[in-house]
Amino acid sequence: MFRILKREMLTPNICKMVVSAPRIAKSALPGQFLIVLAGEKGERIPLTISDYDREAGTVTIVTQLIGASSAAIIAKEEGEFFRDVVGPLGNPSAFVGMSDEQIKGQRYMFIAGGLGTAPVYPQAKWLHDRGVAVDVIIGARTKDLLIYTEELGSACDNLYLCTDDGSVGFHGVGTACLEDLVSKGKEYTQAVAIGPMIMMKFATLTCKRLGIPIDVSLNMLMVDGTGMCGACRVTVAGKTKFACVDGPEFNGYDVDFDEAMRRLGQYRAEEAVEKAKYVK
Amino acid sequence: MAERIPRVPVREQDPKVRAHNFEEVCYGYNLEEATREASRCLHCKNPRCVTACPVAVKIPEFIAKVKEGDIAGAAAVIAEDSSLPAVCGRVCPQESQCEGSCVLGVKGEPVAIGKLERFVADFSAGETMSPSGVVSDDPTTGHKVAIIGSGPAGLACASDLAKWGHDVTIFEALHKAGGVLEYGIPEFRLPKDAVLKREIESVKRLGVKIETDVIIGRTVTIDSLMDNEGFEAVFVGTGAGLPKFMGIPGENLNGVFSANEFLTRNNLMKAFREDYLTPIHAGKKCCVVGGGNVAMDAARTALRLGADTTIVYRRTEVELPARKEEVHHAKEEGIDFQMLTNPVEIIGDENGWVKALKCIRMELGEPDESGRRSPVPIPGSEFEIPTETVIMALGTAPNPLIVNTTDGLQATRKGGLVADEEGRTTREGIFAGGDAVTGAATVILAMGAGRKAAKAIDDYLKNK
Repeated sequence: MFRILKREMLTPNICKMVVSAPRIAKSALPGQFLIVLAGEKGERIPLTISDYDREAGTVTIVTQLIGASSAAIIAKEEGEFFRDVVGPLGNPSAFVGMSDEQIKGQRYMFIAGGLGTAPVYPQAKWLHDRGVAVDVIIGARTKDLLIYTEELGSACDNLYLCTDDGSVGFHGVGTACLEDLVSKGKEYTQAVAIGPMIMMKFATLTCKRLGIPIDVSLNMLMVDGTGMCGACRVTVAGKTKFACVDGPEFNGYDVDFDEAMRRLGQYRAEEAVEKAKYVK
Repeated sequence: MAERIPRVPVREQDPKVRAHNFEEVCYGYNLEEATREASRCLHCKNPRCVTACPVAVKIPEFIAKVKEGDIAGAAAVIAEDSSLPAVCGRVCPQESQCEGSCVLGVKGEPVAIGKLERFVADFSAGETMSPSGVVSDDPTTGHKVAIIGSGPAGLACASDLAKWGHDVTIFEALHKAGGVLEYGIPEFRLPKDAVLKREIESVKRLGVKIETDVIIGRTVTIDSLMDNEGFEAVFVGTGAGLPKFMGIPGENLNGVFSANEFLTRNNLMKAFREDYLTPIHAGKKCCVVGGGNVAMDAARTALRLGADTTIVYRRTEVELPARKEEVHHAKEEGIDFQMLTNPVEIIGDENGWVKALKCIRMELGEPDESGRRSPVPIPGSEFEIPTETVIMALGTAPNPLIVNTTDGLQATRKGGLVADEEGRTTREGIFAGGDAVTGAATVILAMGAGRKAAKAIDDYLKNK
């Protein structure tokens, strides 16, 4: 059992939880994910790690209300327990394995969208703490839906906010903001996009145009998260990969985003039935 | 010579009824039936059945106890060699092991050893089984052993080590113990709460601790278990969990699943139950590719979820690797078998969902290295089976996670850990057995390997 030490609603639909999981906190690295099972009858939900504290033995997860199982996670109160938290799963971000030599002089740009903003935080912090140049763009539909602005503000050199409705920051999507920055002379050696699949697809197209390499974090459907079920299959550079063990981060240029988006909808009909049952 | 008693038939759920539910197919023997069947055993001086059993259960000895009506005594005899009799009685391929070597089988039908084993286990369920000849309150040795994986190999290894007084902890990656017994084998063949849970509880009663939600190689490494947590020996029984795909066009279409995914959703995650949230998609028409037990399990699960189901296999029925009983049950339930048929492509509709499975007819050619005649395609015989889902049940390979995160371990080209007959790997103090070494095989072979390794670990700890 894994105790929820802190719970905070970041938006009406997005919930941040700090969970006691000492073994996981000890091994977690930026880019990896967890699987959370709220209760006996729920699903195993993959969530990218949004922070970890080795000394306190905690990991932070951020969940968005989508279906019945995410609702069951969010419904938990402070002091209550998750039945299961498993991880850390997947490979850490590419930069974690790089030497100081390799990473020195790099200029990172993180493009964060929606829920994907939270897992950008441990990555930006990791690089920023090592003196690597890091800029971050956070995009959301409107001002009230922006999350992690304070945390990320302290974990990068320049934080750019953008909203579709222009309620704060740059008026437009994150990729337009990136193009704007580059046109004004900003230079980046590596981009990382985390967010909805469609956003990562367009971030990749933009980066291709700008000649910036980009990594994306694929949030595919999964059951076990250890390479056993193959539900998370994606085509990368023409080959089938499992997002859980081969990823979750891949070179965006190589990812078949259309297939990935289609595969994400594989259980949509069944999920709607479950959600209806749960809501009722 | 008196007329021999015929093999006592076992009662089963009506195929028409069971095709729509997940309750157990076979009801097993009652006391009277079991005693009658037990009386058929000839008690051979050199019992070939024992030699043919991978864990060498003293078969004639336990059957004699059944005949006398001493079921607790029979259970104690089995417990000396097997910690999972209710499981083995249900899922072992008896026809190629104990029953396959029974003398009675030469002219007639062998003793129903599997059904008797199952009867003994079920009849004495709930009672604490203290194996005869084993002192259950052995002084503890103080040696700590870590077992990785709570499937058949790990449970068998852990049971023996605990009986010998070692301090044993099993680490399980999933949220429930049992490995393939939990995620792979369906409820209608191996009831989870009534049978599996009970047997795992009895392993725990031997003193074995089970920690779920720990992925060795990710949550913690073997090196860390040995260096920081005081484990002196490790047994790797992580099975063969990676699914294989065919590499044909269309395999990433929506509606194509590995048997692992399909079965895990239904078994571990209980998608068939209304009160669980897990989604599963069998469609109205389902094709399962493969001919092993997993293919049968997937097909019969899809059928129960409401799909008209076809099994596609490239060789003939004679070569089907599945247990005979499973094939028989599948046919009774109305599964269509397309033999000498091999998929060449999965065809999708305009939305990227499966529409049909394109196959080619095969014929048997010359025998290959394995001695089996290898199937070769008949040119121009391609045809399509309209279907909404395709489940790939082509076998599984070991997960490379442990090898990749532990210094000094070696794997073969096929991914199995390199280990000797007793389970010693290429690194001192680390042992392995079951599918993690051999690639996908059977529950009982994994248990046999677990027991051999337990012996080797015990020797290692004593001589350290």
